[in-house]
Amino acid sequence: MRIFSLVTRIIQQLRRDRRTLALFFLAPLLILTLMYFIFGTEASELKIVVTGSDQPTVASLKQADFQVKAAEDFSRKKMIATDTDGWLHVEHGKMELTLLNDEPSRAKAVQMQLMLGLEGHASKIPSIDSHYVYGHADTKGFDTFSPMLVSFFVFFFVFLIAGIALLKERTSGTLERLLATPIKRYEIVAGYVIGYGSFALVQTIIVVLYAVNVLDIVLVGSLWLVLVTNILVALVALSLGTLLSSFATSEFQMVQFIPLVIVPQVFFTGIFPLDGMADWLQKIGKIMPLYYASDAMNGIMYKGFSFADVYVDLIVLVAFSAVFITINIISLKRYRAL
Amino acid sequence: MKHAIVMEGIAKGFQHKRVIQPLDLTIEKGGIFGLLGPSGCGKTTLIKMIAGLIKPDAGSVTVLGMRVPNEALLMEIGYMAQSDALYAELTGAENLDFFAKLYHLSKKERSERIRYAAEIVGLTNDLNTWVAHYSGGMKRRLSLAIALIQNPEILILDEPTVGIDPRLKRTIWQELERLRDEERKTIVITTHVMDEAERCDELAMLREGAIIASGTPGALKGQYAAESLDDVFLQIGGGR
Repeated sequence: MRIFSLVTRIIQQLRRDRRTLALFFLAPLLILTLMYFIFGTEASELKIVVTGSDQPTVASLKQADFQVKAAEDFSRKKMIATDTDGWLHVEHGKMELTLLNDEPSRAKAVQMQLMLGLEGHASKIPSIDSHYVYGHADTKGFDTFSPMLVSFFVFFFVFLIAGIALLKERTSGTLERLLATPIKRYEIVAGYVIGYGSFALVQTIIVVLYAVNVLDIVLVGSLWLVLVTNILVALVALSLGTLLSSFATSEFQMVQFIPLVIVPQVFFTGIFPLDGMADWLQKIGKIMPLYYASDAMNGIMYKGFSFADVYVDLIVLVAFSAVFITINIISLKRYRAL
Repeated sequence: MKHAIVMEGIAKGFQHKRVIQPLDLTIEKGGIFGLLGPSGCGKTTLIKMIAGLIKPDAGSVTVLGMRVPNEALLMEIGYMAQSDALYAELTGAENLDFFAKLYHLSKKERSERIRYAAEIVGLTNDLNTWVAHYSGGMKRRLSLAIALIQNPEILILDEPTVGIDPRLKRTIWQELERLRDEERKTIVITTHVMDEAERCDELAMLREGAIIASGTPGALKGQYAAESLDDVFLQIGGGR
């Protein structure tokens, strides 16, 4: 019978915590729906450009699963600009293939389809010289999405830890006590940003150095730029975490933000290909900080982008944190009018 | 300026429930003012409005001639909340030092004030212990020490002696009286313990957000022809 008293109590408690209950039942649906759309999208068609070729080659390639275009001249720059997966150049019976390789799986698919297409055409397959715009022949999928993982972990831990810290300050009454002193609201927020920001900085440095030096994750671009990006990621996570903590009344409720705020962002970091997604789905991705962080990180670490190539992403991250910090400062008015 | 705190036409409600009925309250300078009443009567809400932590729905609060909220005023109000707002991971001394810094005290002032405040609440020997290891009474005392740290003109103490043993309680009251007599501090205290109410210079009894009686302890007893404040309280509360 004691067991049943316990059961009754648990049911009573949970029934009163409407939010936990709603999350318990609805969050899986939200995430399932997102996954349904994301995994349901087919990868977009492979795009290749052929230069200097005779008509029969182009014709035979068209029979393969390709979007083929013949062009007078082409370049690596144009490949990047038009997001072309492969560029086949034929000269004196020799074939030269340049692969974009922004996603290794697509590069492999191009090679395979090309072989199949040529097999049906030529009696003997000419030798193909392969070049890579990004990465190399041995690039693994992990190389392209590990940069995003680095940012993800920075975001995840800073979000939770800073959020819970401010929550504790609210529930223990120390925040109110703080506001009974002449401290200014912006000073509290700035203190949090600098205090937790410095830990986030150390965490970022450890994660990045470990990923690059121990796990040997490719780093083509500047390590400094990687650090700057992740510091901005930490800043966004910190300001969002402290902001959302005001909508939580316990650590338990803070943890509930994981399926609502963190998990959906993962879907848009590029771990799953973005270009095949429906327009509306891509638009959702664009309101998520991690989308920009991943774009920048992948650019710097894998594609060797410089500041000039990723500065838009960085500005968006700065804008996110500026907005969250401002709302934070305003929301403290709840406790003290000054 | 004779009045330390003037509240005029103050009212406050939370989610459709009136917590403070429209009321006026004047607290003189240099005295110990007691707010007396059962729990849930609005004592804490009232003093939080003095400290500027809650904005009244209507009316005005003036402290030391300055309209609340006022930044300069925060320097002159030492506030002790009902629940201990302390950082458990820090030591007693670190807690005191942190708050002292928020009041921009110099290093010399800080060490002097920390020594003084710790002495009064009898925590001198426990200053280097983590607050997580403090007993309930020790936490109460540390909260009181923090309220004293910047040497404010006005002390607002929300049930300061709950969980403190009688001997230390006496020491604390002696110190409050000394602060009143020698330094002309104004002290506002909430309590539901009658022997403490007895020691206040002036009292206001609160019930359901309204002041139902006020005056010196003696006057209140005379008014209700009662032997003790307990009787006054029960007489007024008996109307329920």
